[in-house]
Amino acid sequence: MIKFSEEQLSKVTEIIARYPDGKQKSALIPVLHMAQNEFGGWLDAPVMDYVAELLSIKPIEVYEVASFYSMFNLKPVGKYLFEVCRTGPCMLNGSDEIIQYIKDKLGINEGETTADGLFTLKPAECLGACGYAPMMQLGKNYKEFLTKEKVDKIIDELRAAAKN
Amino acid sequence: MAVKLLLENAHVEGIRYYDAYRKHGGYRAVEKALKMTPEEIVEEVKKSGLRGRGGAGFPTGMKWSFLAKPEGVPRHLVCNADESEPGTFKDRYLMEFLPHLLIEGLIVSSFALGSNTTYIYIRGEYDWITDILEQAIAEAKNNGWLGKNILGTGFDCEIYVHRGAGAYICGEETALIESLEGKRGNPRMKPPFPAIQGVWMRPTVVNNVETLAAVVPIINLGAEAYAKIGIGKSTGTKLMSACGNINKPGVYEIDMTISVEEFIFSDEYCGGIPKGKKLKACISGGSSVPILPANLLLKTAKGESRLMNYESLSDGGFVTGTMMGSGGFIVFDEDQCVVRHTMTLARFYNHESCGQCSPCREGTGWMYKILKNLEYGKGKMSDIDLLWDIQRKIDGTTICPLGDAAAWPVAAAIRHFRDEFEWHVLNPEESQRRNYGLAHYADPIHIPVSA
Repeated sequence: MIKFSEEQLSKVTEIIARYPDGKQKSALIPVLHMAQNEFGGWLDAPVMDYVAELLSIKPIEVYEVASFYSMFNLKPVGKYLFEVCRTGPCMLNGSDEIIQYIKDKLGINEGETTADGLFTLKPAECLGACGYAPMMQLGKNYKEFLTKEKVDKIIDELRAAAKN
Repeated sequence: MAVKLLLENAHVEGIRYYDAYRKHGGYRAVEKALKMTPEEIVEEVKKSGLRGRGGAGFPTGMKWSFLAKPEGVPRHLVCNADESEPGTFKDRYLMEFLPHLLIEGLIVSSFALGSNTTYIYIRGEYDWITDILEQAIAEAKNNGWLGKNILGTGFDCEIYVHRGAGAYICGEETALIESLEGKRGNPRMKPPFPAIQGVWMRPTVVNNVETLAAVVPIINLGAEAYAKIGIGKSTGTKLMSACGNINKPGVYEIDMTISVEEFIFSDEYCGGIPKGKKLKACISGGSSVPILPANLLLKTAKGESRLMNYESLSDGGFVTGTMMGSGGFIVFDEDQCVVRHTMTLARFYNHESCGQCSPCREGTGWMYKILKNLEYGKGKMSDIDLLWDIQRKIDGTTICPLGDAAAWPVAAAIRHFRDEFEWHVLNPEESQRRNYGLAHYADPIHIPVSA
């Protein structure tokens, strides 16, 4: 059943109230973030339809937005999403090697998920951490100044966390 | 030691929180500004010479004075925190460590513009910063700086943080407005400009984070004192985010009188290039501004030392100069490959094109494809001219400046590094094993003696 909790629904109401009356569509991106977090890390069509209903807009208005922004996943992703930046400044500091290392270590290509469903690798374009390169986004936070050792540590910790 | 107007207290313990910020003189600008009239504040900002710090460098006071004020129609200030230009991470630093400085600037600016509901549009990836800002807003509100009847002046103001979801284009102000309305970030045709019809068709001012933070020292010091800092039309201070091959990457506040050479090599700033390597090239103001080889970067074509300000960086136009842009300062050492770097930028712009205008939608894809061939040893000599031709057909032919931003890096790379591109074509196998290197890019340039 696709439904926000009461607490989440009141959060939706609070977000809608930030915008003028009748402009509840402005809440779409914030509410899609909530939906993606809540319903499995990606936006399935029924989830988007639910958001459309919450905001009293047409489903197509949600689909066209969800497909425009790179943070919205339209396909299932692993429990942990590695978004590794590969744009110029990160490239100058070795992001290509880091991406290759993750591919080899996890045995996946760009855009793929490991068989255990834990990790997805998604190369990203500039995330605004150019001075702390190479880097990746992992959930809410950034992992910066990446080295092969740091990548090993991150993967080990996440594997351990997933077991518990 | 350089003048610091924004980051002076960045390292004070607990400055992220209200008590420490207030103790160190925070919110004085609000106290002062709310005793002035909105018109007086706009006049001060005009007099200060402050220019938009997001990249375009448009005079802020002038932008404010364009704001339409039709009777009975609410107006909005929107803070552009969609920092996404490769090489740029200064707004992130400011919001992460000095959130109250931005909030303070927003309150003063909202009062000046008559915005009772102000939004911070922040890039979606800065998720943890959204929390920091929301906490700072709550603290400001608890202490009476936001909400109803602020300081008994009758001025009401609320600030909301609106998170985007990953789209470089939303840094363009009309795309940002579309996105704030819950739509795809497709830039609008102008006119009408946002100052007349912006978000929800209401008069809107969109300003960068650093620009709005700079309003605080302008009010505190007074416009005249602010305008005395810097040089010419580059008044006040600028945040530079330095990255690439330097010893001390990070965010630096500069007064715009120092030289590029000092910025790169002095220990106060970038601290030189790691492992004693030589400087090959630099992109001085975010990925879309022209890349310059070391020789043209440090000295203008006239042989003068190049300074870190709007005028000096753009001296020589796009033929021998570049731009201050967003302050995203990307340094290349002698081992780096300009072709590869340009390819990553082409991929970036191709990924970020909203797809509305065909020159940008199709052209960025073709540029990436051709650059990929050149980088991977599959290019032809004619590809270099083809690339030049494509970028020329994108530049200036699109609704928004993303097209220009995609074209300029390619144009500048070919203009200044053509032999590196040719070397890739002539040495397809060798180019897969090593880079072209420093070549002659740091050699002194021959300056013709005028008759």
